[in-house]
Amino acid sequence: MTPHLPVLQVVIPLMAAPICVVLRQATAAWLLATGVTWSAFAISLMLLSQVMDGGVISYELGGWVAPWGIEYRVDPVSALVLVIVSAIGSVVMPYAKKSVEAEIAEDRIYLFYTMYLLCLTGLLGIAITGDAFNLFVFLEVSSLSTYVLIALSHERRALTAAYRYLIMGTIGATFYIIGVGMMYMMTGTLNMADLAQRLPEVAETRTILVALAFLTTGISLKLALFPLHVWLPNAYAFAPSVVTAFLAATATKVAVYVLIRIFFTVFGGVDVFVGLGAGKALMLLALVGMVAASVTAVYQDNVKRLLAYSSVAQIGYMILGISLVSVTGLTGGIIHIFNHALMKCALFLVLGAVSLRLGTVRLQDMAGLGRRMPLTMAAFVLAGLSLIGVPLTVGFVSKWTLLQAALEKDLWLVAAAIPVTSLIAVVYIWKVVETAYFRPVPHGAAEISEAPASMLVPIWIMVFACLYFGIDATWTLDVARSAAILLLGGAP
Amino acid sequence: MEFPGLFNYWVAVVLMMAGFYIVIAQGNLIKKVVGLNIFQVSVFVFYISMGKVKGGTAPILDEGIQLYSNPLPHVLILTAIVVGVATTALALALVVRIRDAFETIEEDETDALEAEDEAR
Repeated sequence: MTPHLPVLQVVIPLMAAPICVVLRQATAAWLLATGVTWSAFAISLMLLSQVMDGGVISYELGGWVAPWGIEYRVDPVSALVLVIVSAIGSVVMPYAKKSVEAEIAEDRIYLFYTMYLLCLTGLLGIAITGDAFNLFVFLEVSSLSTYVLIALSHERRALTAAYRYLIMGTIGATFYIIGVGMMYMMTGTLNMADLAQRLPEVAETRTILVALAFLTTGISLKLALFPLHVWLPNAYAFAPSVVTAFLAATATKVAVYVLIRIFFTVFGGVDVFVGLGAGKALMLLALVGMVAASVTAVYQDNVKRLLAYSSVAQIGYMILGISLVSVTGLTGGIIHIFNHALMKCALFLVLGAVSLRLGTVRLQDMAGLGRRMPLTMAAFVLAGLSLIGVPLTVGFVSKWTLLQAALEKDLWLVAAAIPVTSLIAVVYIWKVVETAYFRPVPHGAAEISEAPASMLVPIWIMVFACLYFGIDATWTLDVARSAAILLLGGAP
Repeated sequence: MEFPGLFNYWVAVVLMMAGFYIVIAQGNLIKKVVGLNIFQVSVFVFYISMGKVKGGTAPILDEGIQLYSNPLPHVLILTAIVVGVATTALALALVVRIRDAFETIEEDETDALEAEDEAR
């Protein structure tokens, strides 16, 4: 059993998805999906502990040896991403039942769980595979199911948002295969470890340069790097609440992982950042994105869209960490993937609870909500503080690490941008807190009760995780640091 | 330069740019999907040309076959074609639902209707 964990990680949710279609019954599909996501979480934890003890795990699919066959490769980075994706995927499940029943038509609920499991399969597959083309297949599995998940919303603007995402996502994925094709032309291999060895020889050719350009642009579309983020705000704002919480915490993070994988593993032997200038370009886009998206967030009226813009800004932090190309910077980027997943999941789950009781997530409708749903809004405040980066929360850990990394390189302007964007985050989080706590409840508002326990428990698990890993960050920092050292080991 | 030379690659580039242009410039949602298809097909052409070995036959294990084309890119592109079909089907299904909800498939008109939703 244990040697087959890497493949089980992907195959279990993949097989469960069509079973959901056969079941057709909402509760049965939910039970199956819950069981599957929690077992995926258990498997990812086992893989992480194996990797931290015993080093990289390589699994040959079908027994075909590595450069020819498809290899699944688990190292600290991919193990951490697997844990993030499956943890979010499983914690969201108990919450999903009530939320999905309220937001999706009864006869479509089993399809929701089918697509959810397929999306999970794709995201886990991207993180675990060691083959550049296999990654494309998983990328499309997760993307196609994501478009469906967004379009399942009752809101008609979700349809156009899903369509726009489909067009941009497909262009991104197609750019990615163009890049992979060009690398294959020059090296004759698709295995990432093998590519890493063969690329330095041909790194000077124009084909590889063009390949790198296509790969970077394609993945940047997927991870919503400013200014390629235009698909994201509406997709997150109008998708069903569970979908938003799941996607915001996982999908873009996995795309950031792909970027890390391409830059540090596949192009590990090539001087991509300084020699080819990718470092400066990424850093500039990250900084502009951090400021511009934060400022845009302040002016949003729909709180879900407000947080979506904040996600674009937070992705800027991760890319900033990558573009610094130092152990500290990369540690900061990787740990922010983990930390941001926790807090954004918590925040979007809160909004799901608000939308269940209130039927809307517009700012003016949330007046006085702090008194009407005290537990839910208290979670929003704590997760919001974490987003700002207040000490004793996870946000502080990642911002502090990034700040140190910027100062190590004497980049004062970059270092200054981190507290500045945090201050803008104070403004948009405060807007919500002020409305919820200091505005009176509108007259004639319908009586509403606190969110059900099945939703409050996942919300508070996420909030406690935000605090726990903020107070004791030893474990997360250790994993992130060993991942960063491993990734930079290949670079000259 | 000998005639076909890099002919296939030129075709791939022209198709790619044409498809990409349609995706960006057209306001009709169906036409955008068609543009996306042309864009993807250019990548198929690119992969298939890449695997071809001049004078090579099909890769069959048989007497007298020495030189054969590389089958791997061709197999990869079979996967990509399947993905492309799925994407097109999903995109068209979304367009059908957009037409049901907005009663138009012109992007500027759906944008205007969305702005009205926003104002409400």
